[in-house]
Amino acid sequence: MKPLDTLKAMSPDALGALESAGISRRKFIKGSGALIISFSMGGLASPPGAAPGQAVPPDFNGPGSGQLDSWIAIGADGSVTAYTGKCELGQGLYTAQTQLIAEELSVPFDRVKLIQCDTALTPDQGTTSGAQSHPANFNRNNLALAGATAREALLERASTRFGVPVDQLTARDGVIGVTTDTSKKAGYGELAGGRAFGVALNRGARRKDPGEWTILGKPVPRVEIPAIATGQFEYVHNVRLPGMLHGQVVRPPAVGARVVGVDEGSVRGLPGVVKVVVKNNFVGVVAEKPWQAIQAAHKLKVDWTQGATLPDQRDFYDWLRNQKPARDTFAVNSNDVDAKLASAAKIVKATYHYPYQMHGSLGTSCAVAEVQGDKATVWSATQAVYPLKNTVAKVLGLRPENVRVRFRMGAGCYGINGADTVSYDAALLSQAVGKPVRVQLTRKDEMAWENFGVAYVIDQRVGLDAGGSIIAWDHESWSPTLGGRPGANNPGNVVTGFLAGFEPAAFAARTPAPDPTNFSNGSNAVPSYVTGCVGKRCGGTGKVPSQRVLIHNVPSPFWTGPLRSPARLQNTFAHESFMDEIAALVKTDPVDYRLRHLSDPRLIEVVKAAAKSANWEARPSPRPGIRRTGVAAGRGLSCVLYEGDNGYCAMVAEVEVNQDWGAVVVKHLVIANDSGPISNPDGLRNQLEGGALHGVSRTLLEEVTWDDQKITSVDWLTYRTPFVGANVPKIDTVLIQRSEGEAMGAGETAVTVVAAAIANAIFDATGARIRQVPFTPERVKGALDART
Amino acid sequence: MAVMNLKVNGRTHPVDVDPATPLLYVLSDDLGLRGPKFGCGLGQCGSCAVMVNGRVIRSCVTAVRSMAGSEITTLEGLGTIEKPHPIQKAFIDEQAMQCGFCINGIILTAKVFLDRNPKASDAEIKQAMSGVLCRCGANARIIRAIKRYAEEVKA
Ligand code: FES
Ligand code: FES
Repeated sequence: MKPLDTLKAMSPDALGALESAGISRRKFIKGSGALIISFSMGGLASPPGAAPGQAVPPDFNGPGSGQLDSWIAIGADGSVTAYTGKCELGQGLYTAQTQLIAEELSVPFDRVKLIQCDTALTPDQGTTSGAQSHPANFNRNNLALAGATAREALLERASTRFGVPVDQLTARDGVIGVTTDTSKKAGYGELAGGRAFGVALNRGARRKDPGEWTILGKPVPRVEIPAIATGQFEYVHNVRLPGMLHGQVVRPPAVGARVVGVDEGSVRGLPGVVKVVVKNNFVGVVAEKPWQAIQAAHKLKVDWTQGATLPDQRDFYDWLRNQKPARDTFAVNSNDVDAKLASAAKIVKATYHYPYQMHGSLGTSCAVAEVQGDKATVWSATQAVYPLKNTVAKVLGLRPENVRVRFRMGAGCYGINGADTVSYDAALLSQAVGKPVRVQLTRKDEMAWENFGVAYVIDQRVGLDAGGSIIAWDHESWSPTLGGRPGANNPGNVVTGFLAGFEPAAFAARTPAPDPTNFSNGSNAVPSYVTGCVGKRCGGTGKVPSQRVLIHNVPSPFWTGPLRSPARLQNTFAHESFMDEIAALVKTDPVDYRLRHLSDPRLIEVVKAAAKSANWEARPSPRPGIRRTGVAAGRGLSCVLYEGDNGYCAMVAEVEVNQDWGAVVVKHLVIANDSGPISNPDGLRNQLEGGALHGVSRTLLEEVTWDDQKITSVDWLTYRTPFVGANVPKIDTVLIQRSEGEAMGAGETAVTVVAAAIANAIFDATGARIRQVPFTPERVKGALDART
Repeated sequence: MAVMNLKVNGRTHPVDVDPATPLLYVLSDDLGLRGPKFGCGLGQCGSCAVMVNGRVIRSCVTAVRSMAGSEITTLEGLGTIEKPHPIQKAFIDEQAMQCGFCINGIILTAKVFLDRNPKASDAEIKQAMSGVLCRCGANARIIRAIKRYAEEVKA
């Protein structure tokens, strides 16, 4: 355990907060029965993890807790400690959740201490991902409901104490007063300090209306930033334990290679080396200092089998589309698409390609583990502390209740980077030496073995009527999959678990696809322009009634997993590019053409808002009078309702294309976003800007590469991303405040629409259509040269 | 292993290390500093930047043996949470980060450049920042924060 003083600089720390709350969580747990430990769901009709209408896998947000004491504790001094299972990943969630509790409890912002993501302290909220944190904690459930329940419980107590009805009481700054008699008032510490509430979350508790907000909805600066800017912040990389050793892993030289033998003598006698650890195909070295571990890992002689032969990258998309058997799924199928296409006045077709991309966190993944006998503690930047607790137990052969996972922020992850895998690395090495071990991956090990965002091949086809409107949409896609988030049971879904002897979740082929029984947006496989009707329910946002969306998943040669806007981005690139192609073919303004096919008023509104803010000139693309050489400028639009129900976004991109050598410069991005009520407008802007620039990098530069044996994009020369000094487009954000709506995600909306907005702008500027990401100069030049 | 004296943030620390050890490991492990960070270990990203005798170097590819007699300043050495250095304050005021992992290298690179080139143009600032990476896409705000500091140095 770290001494308290070294933790002071870090705001989100459990121990400091406990201290300042004046109570011990452990005692508190004992004093209030088994509430916290069992995370009982009693008292709630439906699981508190799921926001209404959200199609989230059942264990995704965890069971949460139905008991107020799991979420909020009031100290004797009136301080408020709140507990959340959704963590700060650089997206501003720690600050927004602190605002939420301060708002609902009517206490000043700095009186709230938030404790995040520690399996010994916080409610099990599954995984912090999938743009689910806002839906999970800012609607009528979980943390928000806990805040509202606590305020009402405090009002009840004050009501009893003063003998006046609740409607004659007001709560302000942590004090409840009687409106008719200002001499009667009591602080929260007096009313509830140091004691358990002992009540269930109350579904009927009233949340404050956004119109009443004084803390939520304001651009409160992020709590961590002063510590980060001054080098005080404790990232997971900075966790140091007494007696801690340093580990390095030795990954296979090729995909599929297995250990034949390890020559421990090759590192015997090297300074500081403590132990060589081998478990199946997992190999690592532990040393006293990091540099010693790195050198020993280099020098360790390991014999490996020949790896698998990888598919030739040049033909990869053909390989992908020909893998059999696949797992086939219909997201929608109105069963009349072939007939409608046969009757169409015109058929339009196009195929889009998207590469594997990586999370490529700026800091390589790091974890610290302390395994002593049958107990383990892991400090990890995982998005999934609770699931990780289970899989670490599995990897180590321990009981899950004997494992504690304590979240510490890492470098931005954008999905499942190496945080989970390196947690297993540290745990395995610590178990082998019986001492705390820190592991930080090398750049190459991070990049070669992470769970990549998936490649895609997407065939699109529509039938048009004589007036140029779409009457049928046919979509078919192929994407590869291997492993993914380990969840509670599959450590083999990431490389370390696999090397240590666990299999990835089995690939279940299924062909032909069964008819859909429920509407599923299928990670935006369903285009925005169809009705999305399955049976009686229509979940789409558009007007086209005839629709077929067929998805093929096939086994991947590389690890895959969710990367910011997983599949949604790839599908949206194909839909929104294609929509633009059709609009151009029928010589219609691309905004008008979209609006003609949309039915969802909120999606329509973001499209109009983005176009308006960008001074969109209504006319068909490409722009008139294009010259074939020199620099050409153009604009393009793209839009999405993220995963069908989780955030509306439209973007206008303005680009310049150097037609002589194919370079694309993004000059201006306008983003209009509607994610329901806005918790923190500056935080939202930061997310939209960051998503947009992340999207620009992925669109123009990023692609995983390999040879016949191994991944070859293993550093920042072989996997490109813009430097800070590169051209940064001007970014304008239009925030639509939807006070009456549900809180939706906002971390993945902007990134989803970038690629198509840029492709459409390139087309507008030049008349050349780019259907494959990334838009490298060679590829753009190829498309320019192919113009007729 | 050899004992040497390392002068960091105005204080001298005796350290007992293999002289070939990259400075980064000595700073972050032997001295427990949190500013410099391991991003790539290859000199490609800037996360590990520190100031040595007023210049910025990449501590992941600099052997500690070359540091004898040098004055090393890390991000911690510029200012504190209570009293941040003006460039740190610019980043705080602009909320110019997301995960913040890149901020060490960005602040130090920008500071050293602007202190030496107070009249630098936007293009020159960009040029100076062309060897540091941010993966969160905080670039727009980062450039804003740097310009805010640039205005102050000019004034
Ligand atoms: S860590 Fe030194 S430059 Fe990347
Ligand atoms: S803010 Fe995360 S890398 Fe720059």
